Amino acid sequence: MAKFFAITILVIAILSAIPILRHTWWMAEDISTHGAPIDEQMSETMAEAGISFLASQFILAFFIWKFSNPRPGEKIKNFPGGAKAMVWAAVLLVGTEVLALGVFGAKAWANVYFTPPSSSAMPVQVQSGQFAFYFRYPGPDGKFAPIHPELISESTQNFYGLDTNNDPDAKDDIVTAEMAIPVNREIHLLMHSKDVGHSFFVPELRVQQDFVPGLDLSLHFTATKVGRYEIVCTQLCGLGHYNMKAYLSVLSQQDFDDWMKKEAAMQ
Amino acid sequence: MRKESSFAAVLSAVVLVCSGALILNQKVSAAGEGKISGTVRLDGPAPHMKGIEMSKDPYCAKAHANEPAHLEQVVVGSNGGLQNVVLYITEGLPASALAEAPKEVLVFDQKNCMYTPHVLAMDAGQTFKVTSSDQTTHNIHPLPNPMTGNIPWNQSQPPGAAPIEKSWKAPEVIPVKCNIHPWMNGWHVVVKGPYAVTDGSGNYSINNVPPGNYAVTAWQELYGTQTQKVTVAAGKAGTADFTFKAK
Repeated sequence: MAKFFAITILVIAILSAIPILRHTWWMAEDISTHGAPIDEQMSETMAEAGISFLASQFILAFFIWKFSNPRPGEKIKNFPGGAKAMVWAAVLLVGTEVLALGVFGAKAWANVYFTPPSSSAMPVQVQSGQFAFYFRYPGPDGKFAPIHPELISESTQNFYGLDTNNDPDAKDDIVTAEMAIPVNREIHLLMHSKDVGHSFFVPELRVQQDFVPGLDLSLHFTATKVGRYEIVCTQLCGLGHYNMKAYLSVLSQQDFDDWMKKEAAMQ
Repeated sequence: MRKESSFAAVLSAVVLVCSGALILNQKVSAAGEGKISGTVRLDGPAPHMKGIEMSKDPYCAKAHANEPAHLEQVVVGSNGGLQNVVLYITEGLPASALAEAPKEVLVFDQKNCMYTPHVLAMDAGQTFKVTSSDQTTHNIHPLPNPMTGNIPWNQSQPPGAAPIEKSWKAPEVIPVKCNIHPWMNGWHVVVKGPYAVTDGSGNYSINNVPPGNYAVTAWQELYGTQTQKVTVAAGKAGTADFTFKAK
């Protein structure tokens, strides 16, 4: 019986490793300039965790196979040094690994968060609200007009509370439901939430950042491949959370300019 | 003698009508009833109605692929007639005329990710059903003020789901929204007594109005309300035209 159990453990361990090794459910293709170290970190984490997992399963199976039926009178052996030494060894082993992954990971993270966007980055604002994203481009004047929360109204499509009657800066602001950006141009994304916590996640861009009510957060990234990608909310934000999404269109400069003209006409 | 008999005839006719009215609890109905009709116009240029971008939902975006939908706050016909104005009687109706809501079931449809009609007027207690002609899930979320006695509700309607039948208890102007499609915005205008909504040319006709003196109110979602006095004679229509100033 014990031998059967040991073999079952081995079979489960190997079967569960196969889809990971074959990248069956791997991440979507990376279309960002900052994504490579993140993917590398992911691969390293998977490799280290995978090797540790397989090794521990093999050792477990081996011990079950060899020691599960002690002969009568045989002395049970302990870990050398007893329980205390075993706990120390485990803490050391796991701690070193977590520390190592953390150091490498912090580097990938700091590449995104601790470097400022370049001065030529294109600013785009995103506002999350139950249950949609709305984007704002500053228009020809390059200025985002101030937001007046009391003017926010979905029924008049004034999602940003712009005072278009009195504020000249507001007149050329372009508010859209889809986010379009030119390819190979750095984007400075300015994020705020209208109501509760949300998240901005574009798997292909290797970008996932929460919206925190009351905080103005920002991100910067460059997309390198033309295409249409999904932006999804990954913080449970209410009844309609499952339906909270928008699209990111990465366009050539020419297409982007055309798109902008079309959106300006819709305002 | 002749005079007396004609007086008796009139008297008996009056008694007959009155008792008939009492017996029937004076349900407002066609025979002998007048109506109030007229036109509602907009004075000045119609305000710009923003285009609606529906890219969030590919089904909705496809339905408007050729021509984007626009906001429907102010819909003006070719002759300046204002559509979607609700007209109802605010003064002068006898209590008996308010007793019973019409039996007709109204339809509030969701079509191409817009509410059709944009403004649904109804009598308090009248049944309406919310239907969906779309192959995408909608969420119907009317937002009444609970202090009026109307109870807010919020219900999803996937494609092919059964119509949702409801009614409102108290007169109130209730905004309706869809939590999935933030641009979707409609109105339930609940009134007491007979009502009408202007058509594409701004014309309306409130039927089943017994003769009398009334105050008629016109409600427009952006411009608010206006009230006029109007007299309905037996079998004759009273007329009330309204003009809202564009702003």
